Amino acid sequence: MNFELSEELRMLKDMACKFAQNEIAPIARDCDEHERYTPEIRIKAAEQGLVGAWISEDYGGAGVGVLGNTLISEEVSRVDMGIGLNICAASFGCEALYYYGTEEQKQAYLPPVCRGEQVSAGAFTEPNAGTDVAGYKTRAVRDGDDFVINGTKTFITNGSVCHWMVLQCITNPEEKRHQSFSQVIVPADSPGITRNKIRGKMGIRASDTAEIAFEDVRVPAANLLGSEKRGFYQLMHFFDVTRIMVAGQAVGLSRACIDESIKYAKERTAFGTPIGSFQATMTKLTDMATRLEALRNLVYKAAWLVDSGKPDYHLAAMAKYFGGETAVFCANAAVEIHGGYGYIDEYNVQRFYRDAKILELYEGTKEAEIMTIGRYLQS
Amino acid sequence: MHLVVCVKQAPDTEALIKLKPDGSGIEEAGIKWVMNPYDEYAVEEALRLKEKNGGDVTIVSLGPARAMESIRTALAMGADKGIHISDPSLDRADAFVAASALAAAIKSLPHDIILCGQRAIDDDSGQVGSILAELLGVPQLTIIMKLEVAGGVAKAVKAIEGAQVVLESALPCVVTAQKGLNEPRYASLPGIMKAKKKPVDVKNAAALGISVEQKARIIKMMPPPQRAAGKIIQGDDPEAKARELVRLLREEAKVI
Ligand SMILES: Cc1cc2nc3c(=O)[nH]c(=O)nc-3n(C[C@H](O)[C@H](O)[C@H](O)COP(=O)(O)OP(=O)(O)OC[C@H]3O[C@@H](n4cnc5c(N)ncnc54)[C@H](O)[C@@H]3O)c2cc1C
Repeated sequence: MNFELSEELRMLKDMACKFAQNEIAPIARDCDEHERYTPEIRIKAAEQGLVGAWISEDYGGAGVGVLGNTLISEEVSRVDMGIGLNICAASFGCEALYYYGTEEQKQAYLPPVCRGEQVSAGAFTEPNAGTDVAGYKTRAVRDGDDFVINGTKTFITNGSVCHWMVLQCITNPEEKRHQSFSQVIVPADSPGITRNKIRGKMGIRASDTAEIAFEDVRVPAANLLGSEKRGFYQLMHFFDVTRIMVAGQAVGLSRACIDESIKYAKERTAFGTPIGSFQATMTKLTDMATRLEALRNLVYKAAWLVDSGKPDYHLAAMAKYFGGETAVFCANAAVEIHGGYGYIDEYNVQRFYRDAKILELYEGTKEAEIMTIGRYLQS
Repeated sequence: MHLVVCVKQAPDTEALIKLKPDGSGIEEAGIKWVMNPYDEYAVEEALRLKEKNGGDVTIVSLGPARAMESIRTALAMGADKGIHISDPSLDRADAFVAASALAAAIKSLPHDIILCGQRAIDDDSGQVGSILAELLGVPQLTIIMKLEVAGGVAKAVKAIEGAQVVLESALPCVVTAQKGLNEPRYASLPGIMKAKKKPVDVKNAAALGISVEQKARIIKMMPPPQRAAGKIIQGDDPEAKARELVRLLREEAKVI
């Protein structure tokens, strides 16, 4: 057994860390305050190969695998999860192309994303159905050589800045619920699309989130992604992989909370002694550090298994589940250790606290992860 | 243009340094190691010279096995090949032995410009570049903030108290890099993936034919003395307190 990262992965991690410190840290607070998406950071990151890094070299990526990508996600999230998403989620949706696209589709769509020129999105959730993936209503009707799309998607990451999206829609309503879906690639500038940026998010405010309405939107039938009627299953597999990236965010955010807390526990004094000397503070630090260590091993293993060709998607669900819980726990403890200062935006932990919660919501709520894991354990 | 860059691995500037109980050195366990920041400027400058003039960049590093990581980082930034001088007998090399080892390796390489960091942030000795130039019998331009090379001449700018000095030298020469020389690039991911395929020669002292004696030896390392507690001027009268402050600054601290 060997717990060491390879030399390459260590270098990748160092580089991502340096990039995040130099490029993201100075603007993190401002982007959070003004809900500013950062195309310039995305482009700069792409120049270093950080965007779509998991994509193989054949399609413009750096071919660093899921573990490599998870390390990037960890390092950027350690500085700011919102801006981190501008980098790590710039290729959100590309996973579906990578796994199910034709050679032609992959060549057309993946390289521009890796170069930072284009942004993708995965448009699945609808105003009336999120967790209930088989309850989506958006409809794509075949009309000659086209699909005609009607419906509404919401909470779509990159929604207002993306160039194209993978859309989850019903193509075969005559089939049973789960067989009625397909995935279609939709250019974001197609006539009939209206995009509205959603403002007022609690956290990850530098990440772009939008509602997208489709009114008689026409795309060529050749934009079908993967197999007709397999959309539901393709989406389930999609999350199996993207969840690990999200779990990587949780590792990064938890680390950030611990780093800030340790520093503060040593600096701040109360009753004439550093607060770190109180057992109550030590308990918090210990719980944070222990959970982080357990999380890190779980996440790296889930990622490593995918790269080794023996993916265990229940482990990935566990990583995402425990990741959300750990990040929320650590952010909460970090604010407590900072006392009143932890509640003020001058201190990073205040932002971390707001950012952490999304990790228990998107890419499957924690309740949804429990369903996945709980069912598997009894299967 | 053949460019050679000497690179040393040093503890990360943020690493918490602890001394060994016997004061013979620092505790190396648990320390994160990075390329000496001044050497990063040297690598970046070499890469820019190569991009402008063509040629190749060779990285030479003296250090234990872990130093290979810094060589790989430089290769990932874009250097072409590396030489790793690794020998337990050289692990505690002083500036003279280190420069001798580097000189031995560089002598057999074609070289137009040899770049070093102006000093390493670990022992802060700042001598290796200069000794290396002497051993190679070439001119040295030290603590350089700006470098241009044209027509076989290196033109360099160096900052001194209140002014700048412009220096010129024939090639080959040694240039030591100061902060501000450039903004080092990141080792990009494609660069990192390519780095492991680039050749690195590992050489020991025997292979280089070096057998020189150290000129300096570290006798003991000690932590800096603890800072004395600050003084708080008591009292209710701001004017009296200000007067006392001025008196202390003048008579005790002797700073005004
Ligand atoms: C910032 C942000 C970014 C997002 N990015 C994207 C994106 O890029 N693409 C995309 O498609 N979506 C995205 N989402 C949507 C996100 O994935 C959904 O919000 C999430 O899946 C939950 O769906 P919902 O909001 O409809 O909640 P609901 O599904 O209505 O759930 C409400 C509550 O009921 C619980 N619940 C539902 N069903 C069950 C059940 N069977 N058993 C137990 N509990 C249940 C849920 O866990 C939750 O607690 C994003 C959301 C946010 C906030």
